[in-house]
Amino acid sequence: MSAMTRSLVSEADLRRGSGRLIYRLVLGAMAVAFTLAFLFPLYWMVTGALKSPLELAQTPPTLWPQEWHPETYLDAWRRLEIGKFLVNTAFYALGGWLIQLIVDVAAAYALSKLRPVLGNVVLGGMLASLMLPAAALLVPAYLTVAEVPIFGVNLLNTPWALWLPGAANAFNIYVLKRFFDQIPNDLLDSAGIDGAGRFRLLWHIVLPLSRPALAVVSIFAIIGSWKDFLWPLLVLQDPEVQTISVALSRLASTGRVTNNEMFAGLAIASIPMVIVFMVFQRSILNGLSAGALKG
Amino acid sequence: MTVIAPEQAASTARGSGGRDVAPAGPGPARMARLRRKIGDNLQAYAFLAAGLLCFGLFSWWPLVKGIVLSFQQDNFVTDPIWVGFDNYRAVLDDPLFGTAWLNTLEFTGLALLFGFAVPFVMALVINEFRHAKGFFRFAVYLPVMLPPIVSVLLWQYFYDPGTGLFNAVLSGVGLPTSDWTQSPKMAMISLVLVSTWANMGGATIMYLAGLAGIPGELYEAAELDGASIWQRVRHVTIPQMRFIMLVLLLLQIVATMQVFIEPYQLTGTTNEETITVMVLIYRYAFTVNNDFGLAAAMSVLLFIVLGAFSAVYLRLTRKAD
Repeated sequence: MSAMTRSLVSEADLRRGSGRLIYRLVLGAMAVAFTLAFLFPLYWMVTGALKSPLELAQTPPTLWPQEWHPETYLDAWRRLEIGKFLVNTAFYALGGWLIQLIVDVAAAYALSKLRPVLGNVVLGGMLASLMLPAAALLVPAYLTVAEVPIFGVNLLNTPWALWLPGAANAFNIYVLKRFFDQIPNDLLDSAGIDGAGRFRLLWHIVLPLSRPALAVVSIFAIIGSWKDFLWPLLVLQDPEVQTISVALSRLASTGRVTNNEMFAGLAIASIPMVIVFMVFQRSILNGLSAGALKG
Repeated sequence: MTVIAPEQAASTARGSGGRDVAPAGPGPARMARLRRKIGDNLQAYAFLAAGLLCFGLFSWWPLVKGIVLSFQQDNFVTDPIWVGFDNYRAVLDDPLFGTAWLNTLEFTGLALLFGFAVPFVMALVINEFRHAKGFFRFAVYLPVMLPPIVSVLLWQYFYDPGTGLFNAVLSGVGLPTSDWTQSPKMAMISLVLVSTWANMGGATIMYLAGLAGIPGELYEAAELDGASIWQRVRHVTIPQMRFIMLVLLLLQIVATMQVFIEPYQLTGTTNEETITVMVLIYRYAFTVNNDFGLAAAMSVLLFIVLGAFSAVYLRLTRKAD
């Protein structure tokens, strides 16, 4: 940020003797507070798994493990089958992401560039679902998945119970359509004269130009499916096929899990998302900021 | 650039016929145009088909089904029976109905108190920092990335009255301890604290984006007029941020009124102190009553309340567009 743009407190005030002292104090206090509030719980989770169950429950607590039990992570992975649930979750997230992209890109492309009769009605109907709180549709959506109308199939305990409802994502359609709208039609027309079909136009011209929008949609699709809880809780009741979130909740209520194994499970469930955040921090936070400014 | 094959040239001419050729063309041309138009539409709907199917089956149909179901009694073996407003009457007569709504309002109110004001103040302070802004943005948003069940289960250990970290720290510095989720008085506040911790990063980041957009001249002018820091916040920052604050307020109300995972995991679905509307719907459908009609009726009521907030939100944001 340049020196020209100022905020609430001016540079001059911050540089003056007392202003500088106050600035240092506030900055230090906030840094300590943020570390304690947001980073320390995660530190506690990761190191808690390394302690013995007794040490983890002891008062006063130990800040650093007295004796090391890194094998707890292996125990959790095997005995609690955290590994299996992690693979389930990753499979649901990646498959869901792929299906969302295919379905929503095609729909947004049709609505933006092919503009069929009644296209605006369809778009309105899709965007109206943004107004529907997910919670209010929970029960009828569950019944629909248990017996899909027309097809009469039962999707419970299959990946499709997550993937197909997930593809009905109005946010994706909105973001993608707005982006496609900005691609000049002339560009497509001139390629069309060369004999490129609708699909080739989408694949060779529209998609390569839409990388930023595809990135935003992809990242939020993956994060969303990793964080989802209530819907997988309802439609994946068979322990074999559960996501890591649902499995952790179930394991926690059985009471047959030691606290350090539970901590290991929580840490393992978090690691993929922490990595995603570290790698895509800029896209995630900027995507959020852009959303805030547009409303 | 490219040599256009004759049949391609012909097809493009027909393709743009709507614009170029006079409407009262000869018969065959008009037919060709019509055929072309139908072909285009069929192609467009082929691209739309998967999306229409997904929205139709899993968004639009459940909406209709939910409303129909709220007027039916259905055991899924014999044909459903129409029962008029019986489900609504039963739901309204349920002593838990009032409890659940009051608890939900209490949760939403407390969540706004913490989750609305605290991120604003934090963003206001962080925005003044000339150092380490990236660290603050990273730290505050980190919990938002965690699966919600991780936050909730982690805090469940922190809250443990006997072995939890919170009581250990409190008694360590000589403060009174608490039973947290197991105390009727503190249960709801405990749920709000986890929820706020896990979610306030989003609001903070959005406030920071809004604050960065306030023109510096406004502060400059206010300062020249002798406005103190507090007066600048009151007369420059808050008016400039009014729109984004309102939007976040509405979003937060809609989100917190659907609270489920915190009471489900921390206090259980049978604890009357913390039964929320969503927990009650879950009980009606899946645990206590196994009655989807009751659950559907309650869902419709929740939908009406939340729909009102969503409508206001959409009106606001569309006006801004």
